[in-house]
Amino acid sequence: MRLAVRVNGEHYEAEVEPRTLLSDFIRHELELTGTKVGCEHGVCGACTVQLEGEPVRSCLMLAVQANGREIRTIEGLAADGQHPLQRAFHEHHALQCGFCTAGFLMSLEPFVRENPEPSEEQIREALAGNLCRCTGYRGIVEAVGQAARETGG
Amino acid sequence: MKPAPFDYVAARSLDEAVGLLGEDAKALAGGQSLVPLLNFRLARPDLIVDINGLSELDRLERDDGLLRIGALTRQSALERSDLVAAGWPLLSQAVRFVGHPQIRSRGTVGGSVAHADPAAELPVALAALDARFTARSPRGRRTLGAAELFIGPLTTALEPDELLIEIEVPRPPEGTGSAFVEHARTHGDFAVAGAAAVVGPEHAAVALLGAGPAPARAGAAESALVDGAEPGEAAMLAASPVEDGARRALIAELVRRAIEEAAP
Repeated sequence: MRLAVRVNGEHYEAEVEPRTLLSDFIRHELELTGTKVGCEHGVCGACTVQLEGEPVRSCLMLAVQANGREIRTIEGLAADGQHPLQRAFHEHHALQCGFCTAGFLMSLEPFVRENPEPSEEQIREALAGNLCRCTGYRGIVEAVGQAARETGG
Repeated sequence: MKPAPFDYVAARSLDEAVGLLGEDAKALAGGQSLVPLLNFRLARPDLIVDINGLSELDRLERDDGLLRIGALTRQSALERSDLVAAGWPLLSQAVRFVGHPQIRSRGTVGGSVAHADPAAELPVALAALDARFTARSPRGRRTLGAAELFIGPLTTALEPDELLIEIEVPRPPEGTGSAFVEHARTHGDFAVAGAAAVVGPEHAAVALLGAGPAPARAGAAESALVDGAEPGEAAMLAASPVEDGARRALIAELVRRAIEEAAP
């Protein structure tokens, strides 16, 4: 099937099988490999991208469902890789292997924008849909707090 | 894993969608339950009928004393709705426990109902609110109550060619309060057990999650509450049919909390 989609502001057209997952389309067809694929059933959050600005699991959408829509991936978060969330993750050692990081950032970007002073409980709830298996969450919670103070409101 | 091959149609009308559904054709709404099943090849339909373009099913409005929830209403829309928070607060309370924000942005209210996961929150909350569920098929429309619709785990009374289109929820009686509580290993994880309560003068509704194969109303506890029973007493009645001891204790505690939190 024919698919036309905007990803990080760029227009793409491609021919895809209906069964192609959005996550695989982003990685294999568009070669935007910042988006990671973990569990493929919506649990780990590694594949999170934004659809019309809202975080979604790209492994739980068919690529054809993105036809005519706007997608944002980690490559589109900040042109220079210096989004306040990215800086804060760096400064607070909020990543180790980095496999989960793109999913965390794409999930949390709207959260830090809308919540200038989140409590630790709010932060933990906001990141409950993303799993990290090496660093642990302490640095991530601190980083999100800092990024929220910088960008929120 | 990846889905097995299937044909795909993005339905342009309700009639088209309903005409295509059947034994080997599944409706795709938010995809938060169906796509994992496709990925694991636990579901291998020949045809996927995508209903996301049917905007007439994506509505959330007040109609006299009723809340009408189109089946395609996103869980996130339910969560953010001031109308729902003001008039049907139990739904706002319950939807926050559904998955995570990244799930609720796509997941639909109708999908939660039609999938009928025994750990799903919205069917339990809707059962406590005496919701009615309307489905369409080539044979016409029919409307069911929760007790008729939810048969067992992942099983509803909907036929393969029937599409859930709307849920109507009566306004809870004046002066009632509500609460939804659950126990899960982590926030957003599937719940082990839970309870929804709507209580007030002359009215009590208690629905249980994890006490049986489908959402269940606790009739004995409701009658006892209306007759003036204490929350703890009613909670014991609600949990008493549960065989497993640990689960019975858990449900009794959750019901007690729900009733106490709901007290207006």
